[in-house]
Amino acid sequence: MSAPEPVSALKAGSMLVRRDLRLALRRPGEWLQPLVFFLVVTTLFPLATNPELSRLRDMAPAALWVAALLSSLLALELLFREDGQDGTLEQLAVSGLPLAWLLLAKTCVHWLLTGLPLVLVAPLAATALGAPYASIPGVLAALLLGSVALSLIGAVGAGLTLGLRRGGVLLALLVLPLAVPVLIFGARATALAIALEPMAAPMYLLAAIAVLSATLAPLAAAAAVRISLE
Amino acid sequence: MNWVWFHKLGSPPHFYRLAGKMLPWFAWPALLLCVGGTYGGLVLAPADYQQGDGFRILYVHAPAAWLSVMVYSAMAVYAAVGLIWRINVAHALAASCAAIGASFTVVALVTGSLWGRPMWGTYWEWDPRLTSELVLLFLYLGYMGLRSAIDDTARADRASAVLAIVGAVNVPIIHYSVTWWNSLHQAPSVMKFGKPTMPASMLIPLLMMLLGFTLYFVAIMLVRARGEVLRRERNAHWIAAAAEET
Repeated sequence: MSAPEPVSALKAGSMLVRRDLRLALRRPGEWLQPLVFFLVVTTLFPLATNPELSRLRDMAPAALWVAALLSSLLALELLFREDGQDGTLEQLAVSGLPLAWLLLAKTCVHWLLTGLPLVLVAPLAATALGAPYASIPGVLAALLLGSVALSLIGAVGAGLTLGLRRGGVLLALLVLPLAVPVLIFGARATALAIALEPMAAPMYLLAAIAVLSATLAPLAAAAAVRISLE
Repeated sequence: MNWVWFHKLGSPPHFYRLAGKMLPWFAWPALLLCVGGTYGGLVLAPADYQQGDGFRILYVHAPAAWLSVMVYSAMAVYAAVGLIWRINVAHALAASCAAIGASFTVVALVTGSLWGRPMWGTYWEWDPRLTSELVLLFLYLGYMGLRSAIDDTARADRASAVLAIVGAVNVPIIHYSVTWWNSLHQAPSVMKFGKPTMPASMLIPLLMMLLGFTLYFVAIMLVRARGEVLRRERNAHWIAAAAEET
């Protein structure tokens, strides 16, 4: 058998994206669950208070963002668990390719499968919570940026808790405090969008957090995964 | 530059002995400063014209709040040193910082909320500083949780070091986002002291308490780090010799 051709990092990234997408599409139940969870949690808020739409409108940003945060947390379990158990992550780590880059590719797929669908069903939840139709693009934009940042920050936590027995609750304890800025700016942007006011200021800050996490979080996640695999 | 002293610090027996020798140099000044600062703050300093005697809780609250942040930074620096140069003693120091920092954070939160009772008429106000203090407590708890969840000491050291560094990058972001969040909701709180206008009779006890608390932290950290080094090196030969010395 001849030695395999060396693969460029770019090629390896796109191969990994295709592999992860194909695997996930064959098991739709797994990544649909966080989505259903998001809808269920947003339904709980009106049930827990007064279902008057004008009152719900005040609470809509909080409900949307807390639900999005919890659902992204739930989805994080799917990010590295399978690949950690069957040794794929180890193969990636010893492949000689930059692990941070490969993990960024994996996190992108994870966002495509859990973050993006959440953004797409958010109009439904937002309308049910009394957000006017004109505010929907703003709500979508805020969730789009915020979910990217949440996936990236979560990747660090998922890397650190990889293979731990009591991983689930610990993961929440690690990730939620780090997600506080995303929650604050995201909910603020959503509140401004629902009030039909200019929302540029919190959106800039949200974008800054997303860019910062895109550059730094994969490095931290790679270090965490390497330590967890030792 | 000669780095021998730095590498010597990384040797557990050397560190153990040195920490034992340094301990009284921090512990005694800490005790003296805290006793003096307490007397100065509670007895000598005049009552505040606005807050009366209520402001005196500042002499515990401010040093605790300062240390809660300072200890986290120290922990992140030790963690980075341990991660980069693979120095076990630095990891032991980081490990011994966590519980101390969390305790100072709890003290700052409790005194802050007690202070809030006469100031705001309520035990809890979503004041930006108290809120970021609360998030900091969660960061400490996450660090301690991760450490205790991993059985293998070397892996626990390195994983929690990554978390400490990620947290240290996040602490300023969290602080400023919370400040920004709250400034939209309420006018600046009454707690604005206007530091330069504070008379010397109030300021000097405060500085004494700040320094005393800091030295106390170093002393306690050394005690805990010595214990941590002993625990990690429990099978090494030098421990018997060290035990005979003391």
